[in-house]
Amino acid sequence: MEKFTTHTGTAIPLRRSNVDTDQIIPAVYLKRVTKSGFEDGLFSAWRSDPEFVFNNNSYRGATILVAGPDFGTGSSREHAVWALQNYGFKVVLSSRFADIFRGNSQKAGLLTVLLPQPTIEEIWQAIESDPTEVITVDLVENNVRYADRSHSFEIDAYTRWRLMEGLDDIGLTLQKIAEVGVFEAKRASFKPKTLPALK
Amino acid sequence: MGKTLAEKIWADHIVSSAASEPDLLYIDLHLIHEVTSPQAFDGLRLAGRPVRRPDLTIATEDHNVPTLNIDQPIADPISRLQVDTLRSNCKEFGVRLHSLGDSEQGIVHVVGPQLGITQPGMTIVCGDSHTSTHGAFGALAFGIGTSEVEHVLATQTLPLIRPKTMAINVEGALKTGVTSKDIILAIIAKIGTGGGQGFVIEYRGSAIRALSMEARMTVCNMSIEAGARAGLIAPDETTFTYVKDKPHAPQGADWDEALSYWKTLQSDDDAIFDHEITIIADDLEPFVTWGTNPGQGLPLNSLVPNPVDIMDVEERGAAERALAYMGLVAGTPLKSIAVDTVFLGSCTNGRIEDLRAAAEILKGRKIAPSLRLLVVPGSAKVRLQAESEGLDKVFLDSGAEWRNAGCSMCLGMNPDQLKPQERAASTSNRNFEGRQGKGGRTHLVSPLVAAATAIRGTLSSPSDL
Repeated sequence: MEKFTTHTGTAIPLRRSNVDTDQIIPAVYLKRVTKSGFEDGLFSAWRSDPEFVFNNNSYRGATILVAGPDFGTGSSREHAVWALQNYGFKVVLSSRFADIFRGNSQKAGLLTVLLPQPTIEEIWQAIESDPTEVITVDLVENNVRYADRSHSFEIDAYTRWRLMEGLDDIGLTLQKIAEVGVFEAKRASFKPKTLPALK
Repeated sequence: MGKTLAEKIWADHIVSSAASEPDLLYIDLHLIHEVTSPQAFDGLRLAGRPVRRPDLTIATEDHNVPTLNIDQPIADPISRLQVDTLRSNCKEFGVRLHSLGDSEQGIVHVVGPQLGITQPGMTIVCGDSHTSTHGAFGALAFGIGTSEVEHVLATQTLPLIRPKTMAINVEGALKTGVTSKDIILAIIAKIGTGGGQGFVIEYRGSAIRALSMEARMTVCNMSIEAGARAGLIAPDETTFTYVKDKPHAPQGADWDEALSYWKTLQSDDDAIFDHEITIIADDLEPFVTWGTNPGQGLPLNSLVPNPVDIMDVEERGAAERALAYMGLVAGTPLKSIAVDTVFLGSCTNGRIEDLRAAAEILKGRKIAPSLRLLVVPGSAKVRLQAESEGLDKVFLDSGAEWRNAGCSMCLGMNPDQLKPQERAASTSNRNFEGRQGKGGRTHLVSPLVAAATAIRGTLSSPSDL
């Protein structure tokens, strides 16, 4: 996973609440067996509408998605995170993320930043009046900055450390694998096993 | 202070724990399907890692599989590749797989319970958000992403931040014609799609205790639709009886030991939940969704809501968009809405009791000529059971289609899909835009409402017949 310290880029406003992962990447795109190439499916149903903000050329090249509340609800598909990353996004800002989506983002290195809805509204207005407004998302300082504005955000220390170091969870857990063995030795014998198959 | 059920199961699975770090939790069972696993197996291969516990892992083919002509190769080459990839991965890593055509194949959340590998007190994960289904047994079960699938394959553990706990008490008795699907749709409408965020929900109360295991699975299944990664119900005699004769149930002395442990699995009387709400079961009516998220639901006797009446600006905007997408006009009686398709199936309502309940209504009746009714058993075993009871004949005689097991029309990944603007009454779990096919319009309902709707042609409950 790439290390994340700060990111500076332009942003695109997505003024919708309850954007579920079926909207982010419809099921028909989930048949692939790779982690790349999902950008064509990102918001694909909405992108067929010429009025949809992703079809506004002023926002082309945006790397920060400023989303409405309850972003990423529904299906656990990590393909939603890959689709956002494949499209070029590094950060998503929202006042509320669905749990599984947020967990998946943190594993895959897409920074999800929680900000109060009034702050999101303020950023929406700023980037709607000037789509070239440059925003910095700073994980070292824990703030989001643009123009003369600065908004701090909270993130748990462990996730922040992992993202800043670019650490992979499996590697971290494997350092404790002896403890897993100790736990397994004490597991109750009545716990079910899938092998051998019983009829 | 006492502990809640979720806290007890959590504590029993901590491998290691340190201040300011997530707990490392042991996973008792890992369920796998073709969609969210290929990239995880790829990760293992790249790192040269084995599957740590193939004996705690099981796979089935469900999302992509067709429900017709299953003796032939899957027609869509991309779906076929994904299923073939699962088959080769399971072979390479020694994972048990139930393939299309196998009598144990089916939707992953139907297969686990019917094999008896879903038991009280376990931690169960799967790369599918409806893993919460298994919580009905008093297990801590939740959906994970593909990175986490790889993590569990490699280590049989997951680093997790402890969730908060919420009690939802459903007290009283359901009226005739009101089901567990209506309970959960009413809960989601009440607390919203984000209401359960960060929580594990424990469903409690006399109305929950009175439910069968399969009805409990329907409730827990849709916990994620309220934003909760997991929902569970304390195990009781209903649970123990259901598990006892299943193939992988503990035997002999193991059964006795398991049972005495399972009986400890309930929230202590003095346990404190972070949040608690109560719903009166007697007040509930058959429920239906009118919008494009599962929280946009109302009793079937209601009118399509008018967004103007909604105070919250975000919700009002969402309602306006939803009505436009759904092609509905505010003030229309929900019962006057005609549907093109009725779908009976999915991990929410594709079990034998669901099929029996619908067949009871359809017996001796014909479906409306204006629509199609798809009946899709949740697993091959459910299909065989239904056929042994003659339910297939009831469905076919009514004019329905009797299909093979799979996720089918719950999501647009296989040939069973809605066309643009096609309207469905569906016993599945998500009415998101395009969920059942691009442009398709979904109303979530119970199996009883599905059957009555199929007969009348418009959204209906059995009492309308």
